[in-house]
Amino acid sequence: MPTLYTADHEWLRIDGDVATVGITDYAQSQLGDVVFVELPKLGRQLKKAEAAAVVESVKAASDVYAPISGEVVEVNDAVTGDPTLVNSDAADKAWLFKVKIADKSELDGMMDADAYEKHTA
Amino acid sequence: MDAHDTASPPLSRTPLHALHLARGGKMVPFAGYDMPVQYPMGVLKEHLHTRTNAGLFDVSHMGQIALRPKSGKVEDAALALERLVPQDIVAVPQGRQRYAQFTNAAGGILDDLMVANFGDHLFLVVNAACKTEDEALLRKELSSDCIIEVLADRALLALQGPKAAEVLTRLGADLAQMRFMDAGPRKVMGLDCFVSRSGYTGEDGFEISVPAADAEAFASALLADAAVAPIGLGARDSLRLEAGLCLYGHDIDTTTTPIEGDLVWSIQKSRRNGGARAGGFPGATAILSQIDGGTARKRVGLRPEGRAPVRDGAALYADTEAIGSVTSGGFGPSLNGPIAMGYLPISHGAVGTRVFAEVRGQRLPMTVTALPFVPHSYQR
Repeated sequence: MPTLYTADHEWLRIDGDVATVGITDYAQSQLGDVVFVELPKLGRQLKKAEAAAVVESVKAASDVYAPISGEVVEVNDAVTGDPTLVNSDAADKAWLFKVKIADKSELDGMMDADAYEKHTA
Repeated sequence: MDAHDTASPPLSRTPLHALHLARGGKMVPFAGYDMPVQYPMGVLKEHLHTRTNAGLFDVSHMGQIALRPKSGKVEDAALALERLVPQDIVAVPQGRQRYAQFTNAAGGILDDLMVANFGDHLFLVVNAACKTEDEALLRKELSSDCIIEVLADRALLALQGPKAAEVLTRLGADLAQMRFMDAGPRKVMGLDCFVSRSGYTGEDGFEISVPAADAEAFASALLADAAVAPIGLGARDSLRLEAGLCLYGHDIDTTTTPIEGDLVWSIQKSRRNGGARAGGFPGATAILSQIDGGTARKRVGLRPEGRAPVRDGAALYADTEAIGSVTSGGFGPSLNGPIAMGYLPISHGAVGTRVFAEVRGQRLPMTVTALPFVPHSYQR
């Protein structure tokens, strides 16, 4: 399954009924040096579009919105321990959390890599 | 990550705007100007570069004003300005500058500024966001005694950091004799500049006013030195916060007095009760009674115990009771941790007191901490 993207600059990688969520390289470049990451608690039931995580640069705090509804089944402790991972590897090692997808129809309308590239051009 | 509001009025540009773009500055609206918040180096590295080398800041958006006495005697301009600020301006010797505040009738702060004695006139530097109101205030209150000249055709650059002085020496500027808060006209690279040894980072450094037409060549010459990097507003803010310096509109404003703002050091004895020229400025009754009798609250430094930054506006609690709020907060790169300033009741203002900040529904412990967070390195 390819990576999907949202207009809010998150990416989702789908594996069965679990989505791994992160912010895009474009988003980290806009934020600048990331100094703090706060992730949702394990087991939290996320509703699509609610604030799920926080990524903070020196200057500002930015919410990361849940791109999809479902239960948080894993969080990336490596990125809370070393927030600079978001700047160095937003698309992979700095994944933020994994969600057990409640409703796959919420994936409809998300962008593929080409569409997202046009979105940020 | 929202896009900037495209419906805003057109932004002003400083004489260095093209240079910011050429250097890859990420431009943002600030006080009506299109200003660089950071360059490709990034806020963290720009901050640390300034603390170890030298950083060049464009502060041309700030207001530069000459206050010329109609009598020809600079003491008359100083006496006139004392009607608007609680500082002793008469005692500022030629070639020196002093930190001051314009106050209102309630003792609140309309703006904070630098005042330098240039021998035959006073030279003022005021905040960008307040400069129109400041100019109007000066014209309304001081026109009987002074000619108020806004120096709109000058740029203002700050070179800050431990290598600032040697960089200027390499460029042939003989500024080594200046000490902290010395200020006056100087020739730098053949240009008629106004130079002060001061700044807004806690580091040694200089603020240099240059003719607008020469600003880009001047800045380029400084940037050609390997020790100098261009620094944006992001690092300017983190540097001044580590230095415990107030940002007008956040840490001080019309609702805070200089005493509440912990700026009592800036009010000389001559303007206090019992002094030679006690009072005589807006809000004197409130401010002088606070100097003698104390205030209910004051500005303090705060260090979060965890890693989460606590930002401007966060409410502060003692147990369950809301007792104050954060006025500046973020991440201190030199401390590698979050720092903040805010207002607390005197009862909770002692260094070491523990309070709690509300951040995203959680109560995060913070400790009242002495300012500055990073020691000043001024060349006194």
